[in-house]
Amino acid sequence: MPYTANKPSRARSSDELRAAIPGWGADLDPKDRPSVPKEQFDPGLNGARWDFPERQPEKWPRERSIEHKFLTPVFGTSAPPRGVSGVIRKYSYKKYSEGRAAHWLLLLAADRVDAWEQHLASFGSLSPDNPITETGVLSEFSRHGITSRFGKKRADLNHQWIDPILVGGPWLIAGGLGFAAVRRLARLHRT
Amino acid sequence: MRAMVYRGPYKIRVEEKDIPPIEHPNDAIVRVTTAAICGSDLHLFHGMMPDTRVGMTFGHEFVGVVEQVGSSVQNLKPGDRVMVPFNVYCGTCYFCARGLYSNCHNVNANATAVGGIYGYSHTCGGYDGGQAEYVRVPFADIGPSIIPEWMDEEDAVLLTDALATGYFGAQLGDIVEGDTVVVFGAGPVGLFAAKSAWLMGAGRVIVIDHLEYRLEKARTFAHAETYNFAEYDDIVVEMKKATDYLGADVVIDAVGAEADGNFLQHVTTAKLKLQGGSPIALNWAIDAVRKGGTVSVVGAYGPMFSAVKFGDALNKGLTLRMNQAPVKRQWPRLFEHIRNGYLKPSDIVTHRIPLEHIAEGYHIFSAKLDNCIKPLIIPGAN
Repeated sequence: MPYTANKPSRARSSDELRAAIPGWGADLDPKDRPSVPKEQFDPGLNGARWDFPERQPEKWPRERSIEHKFLTPVFGTSAPPRGVSGVIRKYSYKKYSEGRAAHWLLLLAADRVDAWEQHLASFGSLSPDNPITETGVLSEFSRHGITSRFGKKRADLNHQWIDPILVGGPWLIAGGLGFAAVRRLARLHRT
Repeated sequence: MRAMVYRGPYKIRVEEKDIPPIEHPNDAIVRVTTAAICGSDLHLFHGMMPDTRVGMTFGHEFVGVVEQVGSSVQNLKPGDRVMVPFNVYCGTCYFCARGLYSNCHNVNANATAVGGIYGYSHTCGGYDGGQAEYVRVPFADIGPSIIPEWMDEEDAVLLTDALATGYFGAQLGDIVEGDTVVVFGAGPVGLFAAKSAWLMGAGRVIVIDHLEYRLEKARTFAHAETYNFAEYDDIVVEMKKATDYLGADVVIDAVGAEADGNFLQHVTTAKLKLQGGSPIALNWAIDAVRKGGTVSVVGAYGPMFSAVKFGDALNKGLTLRMNQAPVKRQWPRLFEHIRNGYLKPSDIVTHRIPLEHIAEGYHIFSAKLDNCIKPLIIPGAN
């Protein structure tokens, strides 16, 4: 009990644990572990042959955090900013530091705009988005969707019902609006 | 090439993309032979990580064969079989020179608060990842290592993140002989953290989750005592009872941003994206550890704020330790442990999924179907 000086312990002895568990105590010495101490200064640690890396060519104006003094010498080139979402992203990077909630909230908003921009663009392409195949939801039938969930005391069942609404809801609304627009146009055409 | 591509929250597909080119003299292009889906990939899949763009290829756990190298690469050549840490890092910045590879300052233009990670949004640098047939690997002389002849490919892919992170998480706990260690989360990282706690001399290891099949794995693979928090009114009180009301010496949060156990916290985070991460497991960790104890956090959280019970941490005099794992720093010792038979990482692999079926792989992992613990992705498989 913590109300007196000695530590309560229900642990087995070290000898018992060593006998029962493969490798028990192999890293027993706290000072002899790979990440101890946390910082181990050694500029030659990694075998690099540069003080500062050669710069990767910047093929388009690369957005960067204003907490950086300059563009990092190496950077990712996946999915350059584009469309309205790209404008939002560039504004967020240019205006706000990482310390500002506005920075992250704008980037999250841009993510949602990006998704809808790309969904709409896909309908004009040979590979339109398909929320059935892209969500992988068909695995519910092949991978025991029901028996994996029920009778298992899973804590996540109280919110999993929200996912189909979050994912499918906007598609149903967009489909409904599209249908209404087409019907209205058809009526106008008839009159 | 064929590559997994993000199409918006909860939606991915496989598309044709150009094979990535060499963009820097120290780049390599690696043909991926095995990749994995990480629990933290689900945060991207669910649209939680800011600046996750449609068109990005995820995947920060992968191994493969070097296909092409840039003009300054000396340590690798085409044909080498390599394992690639999830950290993109330069090797020479202020942080890399001190061994903090996960905090490299030269590879992430988009943020200073996080280093570079393959396939993990633009917030982590905007690098395409390895859930594809080919991937660009910057600083090929620094991060990747040739896979030893004796090492199994599936063990190697788990060393690129899950095992290294779990092992690192146990180190962050500063475990001493006889300590009681509680691990929240029986996913891959939690299982490896629990296993690693024994290596560091823990006296008891307790794993907590709500998925019974994962707790079963914690008992058999990690020799742990287990608690299903869904069976208890208050898991913190149970931990106090289990430790004679002292609390655990060390608690490891191996859950991160989508923790379950509190409807409001989970929904405001995972569904409404109003927090950087659901702090349920972290708050339980703060409350379950003893006064003066250590909380180690290796579960992934986003950059936004979270409702963490910081006052309890202060008043209990806790040590809070956390970071993304500097993976390569762990490898020499982990190689020894695998060779000695203390660890067999691939024992946790439950699914091997062809790249073409990766959308189903994400759903299975996300919805926890089919007793899924760790899914691997195999490019080129049918």
